[in-house]
Amino acid sequence: MNYIGEHLFPGQLGHFLLVLSLVSSVVATIAYYRASNAKIVEEQKSWRKLGRLAFLIDAISVVLIFIVIYFIISSHLFEYHYAWNHSDKSLPLGYLISSIWEGQEGSFLLWAIWHGVIGIVLMKTAGKWESPVMTVLSFCQVCLATMVLGIYVFGLKVGSNPFLLTREVFQDAPIFKRPDYLSLASMQDGNGLNQTLQNYWMVIHPPILFLGFASTIVPFAFAIAGLWKKEHYGWTKISLPWSLFSSAILCLGIMMGARWAYESLSFGGYWAWDPVENTSLVAWLVMVAGVHTQVIYNSTGHSLRPTYFFFLTSFLLILYSTYLTRSGDLQDTSVHAFTGSGLNWQLRAFVFVFLLPGYLLYLARYKKIPYIQKEESSYSREFWMFIGSLVLFLSAMFIILFTSLPVVNKIFKTTFTVGSEVEFFYNRIQIFVAIVLGLLTAISQYLRYKDTNKKTFAKKLIVPTLISLVISAAISYLGGINYDRFGIGFLAAIHIALFTAVYATVANAGYIWSGLGGRLKAAGASVGHVGFGIFLVGVLISSSKEEVLSVNFLNPLNFGPDSDQKGTENLTLFKGVRTDMGKYWATYKKDSADKFDKKTYFHIEIEKKDNNKKFTLVPDLIRNTKGQEGLSANPAAKHYWNRDIFSYITYAEVMNADKDTAQFKLHPMANGDTVYYSNGLMVLEKVIPNPVTEEFDFKPTDTAIMADISIHSSSGRTFKANPVFYVKNNVVQYHMDTVFAEGLAIGLSQVIDNKHLGIIVKESSQLTPFIALKVLQFPFINLVWLGTIVMITGFIMSMVRRSKLMKRERVA
Amino acid sequence: MKKIHIVALVAIAAIIAVLISMMGDLSTYETIASARQKQGQPVTVIAKLDRTVPNPIQYDPARNANFTAFYVVDSLGNKAKVEYHFEKPFDMEKSERIVLKGTMKGDIFEITRKDGILIKCPSKYKDDPKAAQNNLSRN
Repeated sequence: MNYIGEHLFPGQLGHFLLVLSLVSSVVATIAYYRASNAKIVEEQKSWRKLGRLAFLIDAISVVLIFIVIYFIISSHLFEYHYAWNHSDKSLPLGYLISSIWEGQEGSFLLWAIWHGVIGIVLMKTAGKWESPVMTVLSFCQVCLATMVLGIYVFGLKVGSNPFLLTREVFQDAPIFKRPDYLSLASMQDGNGLNQTLQNYWMVIHPPILFLGFASTIVPFAFAIAGLWKKEHYGWTKISLPWSLFSSAILCLGIMMGARWAYESLSFGGYWAWDPVENTSLVAWLVMVAGVHTQVIYNSTGHSLRPTYFFFLTSFLLILYSTYLTRSGDLQDTSVHAFTGSGLNWQLRAFVFVFLLPGYLLYLARYKKIPYIQKEESSYSREFWMFIGSLVLFLSAMFIILFTSLPVVNKIFKTTFTVGSEVEFFYNRIQIFVAIVLGLLTAISQYLRYKDTNKKTFAKKLIVPTLISLVISAAISYLGGINYDRFGIGFLAAIHIALFTAVYATVANAGYIWSGLGGRLKAAGASVGHVGFGIFLVGVLISSSKEEVLSVNFLNPLNFGPDSDQKGTENLTLFKGVRTDMGKYWATYKKDSADKFDKKTYFHIEIEKKDNNKKFTLVPDLIRNTKGQEGLSANPAAKHYWNRDIFSYITYAEVMNADKDTAQFKLHPMANGDTVYYSNGLMVLEKVIPNPVTEEFDFKPTDTAIMADISIHSSSGRTFKANPVFYVKNNVVQYHMDTVFAEGLAIGLSQVIDNKHLGIIVKESSQLTPFIALKVLQFPFINLVWLGTIVMITGFIMSMVRRSKLMKRERVA
Repeated sequence: MKKIHIVALVAIAAIIAVLISMMGDLSTYETIASARQKQGQPVTVIAKLDRTVPNPIQYDPARNANFTAFYVVDSLGNKAKVEYHFEKPFDMEKSERIVLKGTMKGDIFEITRKDGILIKCPSKYKDDPKAAQNNLSRN
């Protein structure tokens, strides 16, 4: 059958490029492998030349694939399933790009693109390590290329192809029996982007996170190269800027995701120990552990074995996280894992194809990896740094073990699950990790490698220790940190952790002067540690002082022993009614819609009771993408320097599926006539032709009349209603009026004769619009973001310094 | 013995202690019937909305925005009423599976934590081909 209007060329080009990227990455892998193992220099060079060429072709074709997909999505070619399934016409440019990584194929491509960029940088900088390192990287490109291949080998699905046509995906759908199917309504627009991804953080967070993912392969590849070529010295120096880069970018990517969760997903926070979050966190923790042992090795010769192990493991954890989040195994424990895509065997293979050779090579070479017999002094920096790395690693293992429970259950046919206090389950262990790490971060910099003079050590440390004690005592005492939900022990741990976090901040800031003489260039590590300290302080304060402001005073219905746990978190707000919200007044003023009618904005005025300061929060509800009726909430926040007030709609009338069932009743009325309703009566006082009011400005030449109706309720109150009837462009229209207090909607629907007007009246309890709102306060949340930024700055400073030192060494 | 070995031993001991205590706190997935046997204990149940009840979800935010009651049925066909002391989760009507974390009080499953409910919708990330095909042929 010849289908009408299909654009097949982009798809054919895409298919070609997919195959090209697979073939070229295979060639690159083989060529670089031969180059690594070649004995003769000439042979090495020629293989390496071929490897470079093939890798460049691969890198370019991956970028082109991405561009073709973007072209398909931005041109709204809905004959392609990817465009049809992930985008629609209403999306602005930024979200059209995010549509690409809504699907698994797009995110694999993003990953492959970054590998391409990293590979090109490595060709320029890796020197003699280029061939073995690029072998590993090229092989990973082969694996990623198969993920988007979409072919069947002996009945086994290999990858999923982003260039499939919609009609190829749904072969039995009846509409594809028609050659002109593209002209049908269901093909005119796509399914749209998942509403929770329609957030600007989702434009920037995935590319950064995938750069972080992609970068973890570099230390891994260097470690493999070291083991493979049995050259245990050298690679740890040249790869140090890379492992610092990886730590920085992975941290940035993860925290951007946290920021997204905080701003968009209404989780009520930036971190929920969700499995999807956990899996990338553990890879980062292990990478940071690796950076520390790597620095130890470069300075002292200790800790090479753990360095190998950490870098191997960090990348393997990235692969494992890819498996966990994409396989569908986390369905019952995560709120935002992908559902399964039928590629589980391939995702598993992706892990094992690196895990087995990586660890086997490590074990085989383990005995040959050099180490120093003499043990470290207790007053040496390397000893405590190593302890810190070990703690980071153990904390990561703890998190990943319990995150993997669904996998454990699958393998051992068990049914374990983390209980109902998911966050506390992790927090109660991680708080001790924070205490130990804070302490180690504070003191380790003051120690020297090999050995430290105890007197100068104590002398230098005494001032920051005292300052930190004062500051943290002040926070503990004045800050009113009294988070006692989990008992006095946990509260005590919070206070101790607060001290160590402040200690880490102050001591490292102090070290920049007392230890480095203010030389900022060399202070990357100190700056990074200051950031880590600030981050911890922010986490501790914002989590333990998080507060629900929208406590519902209208519904004091919750009694009983666990009444404080039973929700009172939602406040019901009737439109226009100022409502008591603890320290604030809240008023639901009005609502408005955006131009696509996708979003409804609710304007909530919040007034502080003690100083009458007002501000407006505008949370909204966004209509879900096609195929999922209903709405999702988008929060709005008011940012202060020391706290955020964060609100979102938990219920609004527009969400109500069962529509208002009350009917309008028609009453013919003449001037002075009376009509009764359930709670009183209404009188048609007079009729005003061509009225001029706040809402209407009719000219004497128009055809418009307004009824002036007075309503007398049995409670003795009197209201006015002014429905309007008019003709515009030869179309009869009428404008309803409502009396919310009486639940009345009144319209003037027709002119019956020259005396009688048709007045329609509806009584309904659902007339008064109301919303349920949740308002939360996060104090000092900005410290979390500030700490993150400072920490990343520290990583980058160290990275820049180390690469400069490398360059100088290379020149010398 | 080297210091590093002592550290390793301490670390291993700490890990074992932590793991044992944590394992004790793990709960297991229960059915509604077995949850009934464990009155008042925190349990996790996977169920779905009982659509044989005319109005399986009761939520009246005008009266109380902090109370949702709904009826569920598990894979063995056992039924229970659930009381959730928070707002009705978005998209609950369309859920095909609900993970509940709470305690059984008599015949009522009570959830007192906001994150005690995890809703699984068929087209969460739209990777469900069936939902997409229905969507395609519907209009």
